Amino acid sequence: MAVRTRTIKVDALARVEGEGSLHVRIRDGRVQEVKFGIFEPPRFFEAFLVGRDYSEAPDITARICGICPIAYELGAILAMEDAFGVAVPQVISDLRRLIYCGEWIESHGLHVYLLHAPDFLGLPDALELAKVDKPLVERALRLKKIGNDILEAVGGRAVHPVNLKVGGFYRAPAKAAIRALAEDLKWAVEESLATVKLVGGFDFPVLEQAYTFVALRHERDYAIHQGRLVSNGGLDIPPAEFLDHFDEEHVAHSNALHGFMKDGHARYKVGPLARYAINHDRLSETARHAAHAAGLGPVVGNPFQSIVVRAVEMVQSCEDALALVEAYEEPDSPAVTVEPRAGVGHGCTEAPRGVCYHRYRLADDGSILSARIVPPTAQNQKCIEDDLLKVVEANADLSDEALRWRCEQAIRNYDPCISCATHFLDLTVERE
Amino acid sequence: MPDRKRPKLAVWKFSSCDGCQLSLLDCELELLAVSEAVEIAYFLEATRKVVKGPYDISLVEGSITTPHDVEAIRHVRRQSRKLITIGACATAGGIQALRNFKDVKDFIDLVYAHPEYIDTLDRSSAVSEHVRVDFELRGCPINKHQLLEVLNASLNGRRPNVHPHAECVECKMRGNVCVTVAKSEPCLGPVVHAGCGGLCPSVGRGCFGCFGPMETPNTVAMAAKLAEMGLDGRDIQRRFRGFNAYADAFRRESEVHGG
Repeated sequence: MAVRTRTIKVDALARVEGEGSLHVRIRDGRVQEVKFGIFEPPRFFEAFLVGRDYSEAPDITARICGICPIAYELGAILAMEDAFGVAVPQVISDLRRLIYCGEWIESHGLHVYLLHAPDFLGLPDALELAKVDKPLVERALRLKKIGNDILEAVGGRAVHPVNLKVGGFYRAPAKAAIRALAEDLKWAVEESLATVKLVGGFDFPVLEQAYTFVALRHERDYAIHQGRLVSNGGLDIPPAEFLDHFDEEHVAHSNALHGFMKDGHARYKVGPLARYAINHDRLSETARHAAHAAGLGPVVGNPFQSIVVRAVEMVQSCEDALALVEAYEEPDSPAVTVEPRAGVGHGCTEAPRGVCYHRYRLADDGSILSARIVPPTAQNQKCIEDDLLKVVEANADLSDEALRWRCEQAIRNYDPCISCATHFLDLTVERE
Repeated sequence: MPDRKRPKLAVWKFSSCDGCQLSLLDCELELLAVSEAVEIAYFLEATRKVVKGPYDISLVEGSITTPHDVEAIRHVRRQSRKLITIGACATAGGIQALRNFKDVKDFIDLVYAHPEYIDTLDRSSAVSEHVRVDFELRGCPINKHQLLEVLNASLNGRRPNVHPHAECVECKMRGNVCVTVAKSEPCLGPVVHAGCGGLCPSVGRGCFGCFGPMETPNTVAMAAKLAEMGLDGRDIQRRFRGFNAYADAFRRESEVHGG
């Protein structure tokens, strides 16, 4: 039989945030090469941060990503508070969790319906879906909007909120404005349950991976903005030890670094599947039942089912948000006093796409001496490439167009935020 | 309505955070109506369908930072009847234009393990430095209501109703108490372009310039006021060097200060 080489190329991936490409080479049915390239140009955030005041870091790092600005604002805030030894009262922590729930609802709503579902339905986009089922897309957009409404009510603006600062908030949201979200959130809980049912009924390509999962775990909550870093391989560390266990490397075909675990140079996975597996016992009754009814076990190893897990997380975050909204009372003071001092601080939260880590070294006047940020998509890059390898091997008989689409779908399983992934490069310069 | 009758809209991305094009998808109540009024012909964040140009309206997000970008933006211009830039990156170079004040070659060597993989220009620049722009919509991020107004105006052949006056005016219209007068809070409102609706003063915070300089801003007086409030040269420079640091008026004022 003649040697046959096929090349599958996607020059510019659609329905992802940022600019990525894919290159696959197959020879005689065997995959020779898989490259998930990120050509989004670097923006050098760590460098801009050097010399800036600690108080500017939340607003500057927000600009890393328009989809998940809270992950950056809050990551920076938590790191500064860690460095300065600041503790905030429960009501401030709850407001942070509430606005983060808003970001999850908005981001998951966007991804489940507008970016990922069209793959399962064989459609190019959600606008085509609207031609078939307009009420469904209208409900999806309303669900997404409720996430944005939370961001606006707490943060002042949906993209790059302005109300968050080190120590708390500039102004505490009025009780009436927060309580007013409750009715919509009750609807959103029901609608996200319907979403679990809908996407649970999709046909999923067969792929079963034995991932190493890493996620935040909290003693009580389905962790979003606090907890320890836990893996299904026995790791259990405070966020401050992140860099002792994880690292990144620079590869030729990508402007983003590739994350790995130092132990065995191994790939690992962050995001919805990781959180779901690590924190299954922290899901609400409603969310856990919905997952079970949709056919999910306590661990999901098929990355194509991430769309169902995102929907389950929407149930969880709508319920959490509702409880926080109904319990909200205005704090006596919107923020605690912050006294800058020299030191190092770490912040770690669960962005919609997974663990997002910040580390800053600060001078005694609060100026930033060095910054390091590890975004979720960089950490997932090795898993994305491994999934692609398995997908291509299992589907080598598909036509080029069908295989190309299947590969795109496999990348979108990660909801990769390419704008984020490319902006983080280890900067070793330190100003004296 | 058959597709060919509707004007074709394209959305392009250069170096940016995606937040401004997300603002279009954040028009939850209007998105389906927009997609009925125009054919979304190229919008990678939303669809894998690509309809060939030429396009009636191109929205451009992001700044120009690579040799490839320089070629690509010319290609976009050639294919577009109207080219509208959206956001601080596309209109002023964005936060990534902070590199313009440094020696970027040394910088890349320090930052990357393998500088040879990196293809970047030494400056991050606005789209208008490279091609003719029909309208610039400000903001970091843009205001989605203004985006809808710009689209509406373009489709109807009229000037967008987007005011170039100072942020201060919006703040007064909203009935905010002035944070500078009442709390001695440094605020860039007097020199910043309107558009956000006076967000920061509404939460008791000074404006930090998301929308960039207004038309003919008096940055000298602004800087003098900041100094009078006790900010040193380095603080004043930092205030002007944010998301619109390379917008002409802010760049020039920032170069006067330092420390």
